[in-house]
Amino acid sequence: MRKVNDVILRTVVKGVVLIILTLGVYLFFSGHNAPGGGFIGGLVLGSAIVLLYITYDIETIQRKMPFDFKKVAALGVLLATGTAIGSLYFDVPFLSQTDGYFNIPFLGEKHLTTVTIFEAGVALTVIGTLVTIILSISEDD
Amino acid sequence: MSTEFAIILCPFLVAALILIFHRRLSKNVIGWVVFFIPLSLFIILTTFIPRISSGETFSNTYEWIPSLNINFTTYIDGLSLIFSLLITGIGALVVFYSIFYLSKKESLHHFYCYLLLFMGAMLGVVFSDNLMVLYAFWELTSVSSFLLIAFWHHRKASRAGARKSMTITVSGGIAMLAGFLMIYTMSGTMSIREILANVDLISEHTLFIPSLVLVLLGAFTKSAQFPFHIWLPDAMEAPTPVSAYLHSATMVKAGIYLVARFTPIFGGEMIWFWAITGIGLITLFWGSFNAVRQTDLKAILAFSTVSQLGLIMSLLGIGSVALNFGYSTESIIYTQATFAAIFHLINHSTFKGALFMMVGIVDHEVGTRDIRRLGGLMSFMPVTFTIALIGSFSMAGLPPFNGFLSKEMFFTAVLRISTLDIFSLDSLGVLIPVVAWVASVFTFIYCLIIVGRTFTGKVKPDIKERELHEAPFGMLVSPLILVGLVILIFFFPNIVGNYLIKPAMASIYPAFPVDEMTPRIYAWHGFNPELWMTIGVVILGIILYKFLKYWSRIYNWIPQGLTLNRLYEGFFTKSEDISGNLTNRYMNGNLTNYFVYIYVIFVAIVAGYFITSDAFAWNLFSGSKIDHYELILVFVMMFCAIALITAKSRISAVLINGVLGYSVAFFFVSFRAPDLALTQLVVESVTTALFLICFKFLPEIKREHSTKRWKITKGAISIFVGATVTIVGLAVINYEKFASISTYFEDSYNLAGGKNIVNTILGDFRAFDTMLEVVVLFIAGLGIYALIKLKAVKGDKTIEKSE
Repeated sequence: MRKVNDVILRTVVKGVVLIILTLGVYLFFSGHNAPGGGFIGGLVLGSAIVLLYITYDIETIQRKMPFDFKKVAALGVLLATGTAIGSLYFDVPFLSQTDGYFNIPFLGEKHLTTVTIFEAGVALTVIGTLVTIILSISEDD
Repeated sequence: MSTEFAIILCPFLVAALILIFHRRLSKNVIGWVVFFIPLSLFIILTTFIPRISSGETFSNTYEWIPSLNINFTTYIDGLSLIFSLLITGIGALVVFYSIFYLSKKESLHHFYCYLLLFMGAMLGVVFSDNLMVLYAFWELTSVSSFLLIAFWHHRKASRAGARKSMTITVSGGIAMLAGFLMIYTMSGTMSIREILANVDLISEHTLFIPSLVLVLLGAFTKSAQFPFHIWLPDAMEAPTPVSAYLHSATMVKAGIYLVARFTPIFGGEMIWFWAITGIGLITLFWGSFNAVRQTDLKAILAFSTVSQLGLIMSLLGIGSVALNFGYSTESIIYTQATFAAIFHLINHSTFKGALFMMVGIVDHEVGTRDIRRLGGLMSFMPVTFTIALIGSFSMAGLPPFNGFLSKEMFFTAVLRISTLDIFSLDSLGVLIPVVAWVASVFTFIYCLIIVGRTFTGKVKPDIKERELHEAPFGMLVSPLILVGLVILIFFFPNIVGNYLIKPAMASIYPAFPVDEMTPRIYAWHGFNPELWMTIGVVILGIILYKFLKYWSRIYNWIPQGLTLNRLYEGFFTKSEDISGNLTNRYMNGNLTNYFVYIYVIFVAIVAGYFITSDAFAWNLFSGSKIDHYELILVFVMMFCAIALITAKSRISAVLINGVLGYSVAFFFVSFRAPDLALTQLVVESVTTALFLICFKFLPEIKREHSTKRWKITKGAISIFVGATVTIVGLAVINYEKFASISTYFEDSYNLAGGKNIVNTILGDFRAFDTMLEVVVLFIAGLGIYALIKLKAVKGDKTIEKSE
């Protein structure tokens, strides 16, 4: 394959990926009261990872991020269904969500919800599936 | 958690643990770990015997889906206790036997996992009081049976046998589900006990007979009754412990359990009586008749199981007559058939389990199960020979073995029923004892074949004599325990009768006094007709066995093309061919065609609905103002749409498509839908990236050469689709049929603790949808991964085509 001169791309991506990842995390947490959420957060995070794969080669990224993204997706599904089943343990209907205000040291009073766990499951599934699909297609010859 | 739940859950739990930890478990240990489960369950269940036999029952409810009347209700009474004891007792023996039978090279963790899965499912079937839960466990037994039959899945016959058993039993199961739903419609409850309490409600209903037939279909397919018995001989491809356990002692008896369980509901009906007794007798005869011609020991046992199941089934049918009369001192006598059915069920499990294990030993030590190659093993394997002798003679109905007792009771029942004058028994009744007797003769013959052809005579030359020896002690323990029981039950039958069968009779005939239904079992009744029948069976059986080669030609008279197996195979090949042809006709690989199908159907349904219901709304300007930038966006999108059609290269088409997507995102922003805008933006970027990755796989874009007519058709379809979408869009903004539900969600902060309505809907109000979408997304991802990674290399034939 012809070697492409992609110095600019590589340099830009190094900075941009950080911004995208931050945005993804921000979107994930802001989802509760403002636009964002698990799905979109996961998509943004996933696309950041895809951008990394496109810029650098697969082997390099695989070395730095040794995750099996199929397992990431599976973990997500487990989290999402787990929170659903977990509610049964507290004798409330399947998939009941709850929230409350908790005083956390150094952070002050925070609003914590079980939806966040559920959404984390959604996000992980989205990341895992997105990267799995793109990787398996691009690795195919 | 109650004991009953724990009993059902325990095998499932251990099955999961084995799969997780099997690498840490040595292959020598895994069997012993598993052995401990049915053994301890069996011991726990035996502690129920005293209380159950004194008339107590145990039930426990755990609410599962209360809104649909589906509760996880366990119920232990006499009937379920017998089955659960068989499941765990034979289960323990089978696991013990497997430890020595299976080679350490097999994937033992899979084997034991499936076996435990089956055990849990089977316990679930017999302990469930709720119809839906029972059904779920019922199908799970079919699935685990499928997995176990296909345990040696590299063999084609194993896979075919597994598929056959699955197809037949699951189809029957679905019929049964339909029957259950009908019962639910009639009675309004899913609980079997509540249905029993309201039998009067349903017995006059129009759905009564259909539900009866459907439930029987489920029972007959599972219990391998004629003409559904064809799966059982093929299921013998499973490892022998599995055949001993599932396909003779437990799973095939699930149908019998179901019939017994539903006897108080449906019993007393003529169709119930004739269906069960008639089919049972046909099965009894056909099974024993066919067993004689088999040359594989396991096949003989398979057909013999079919035949014995028919025997038990027909006894249950005869016993149901008592319910037609209601309780009286005269009618009580007919309940003895049911008593005999349960008694024979227990006896059959003991001697047939022992026989299967015996065949396993012969196969294991000699290397073949073909009776044409076997012979003269008596002096080399005396213990195995004893097991075979006791098992076979018990099955043939000879004293001093338990089969004699239940066989005599069977003859008593058929003789008694033939003298009745209801249900047109006065004309057809005389056939019943005749069929039963003839079938018993054949049973006697194949029992002689099993013992005679395997153990007597000379050792065949191709089997090396000096390598023959008795099986290791471990393999002999389980069958020895079983044949021990065979003899013990003969001498102490009344213990079984009083402690196990009596409470079961109370569950089948709730309105009858239980003590009168429990006869004392005697081995000796004097020279009565039953004994003469047995003597006749023995004499004629021996004569026919001696002259087998002269009359076995009659088996060739059955036309080969008309067998049920041919029918089954023909059905599959034909349906595969027809559906294959049909699919190939429209799935021709041309994307344009697929779009045509999708859009034509879309337009037909949506526009059709609009025309028939006159839902058009042409109010274009409902008061809102259009800004300049919105107009600009519209023009950009229109321009893109036109440019997309005329694009010369794929990359420009992809990019133009991206512009379209981003413009839509702009619209979302301007209409204050930030969530949608964000999602649209990211999805658009990701799909464009995906497109770019797929690029190298796509062929060059080519000018399409198609006829003018085709072009016009495609143009017309496009215009229609556009028009339909526009109509829908216009109708939606003017829609007034129902009140909007969006006000409900505006209170999201109090209802779900979040201010973002979109996300509270996704994560809370409609979280079930989201959860399933997540699962679907995951499955789709795995599907794509599998499609790309696991495809066969060109010309590689290692991945076989399914038959």
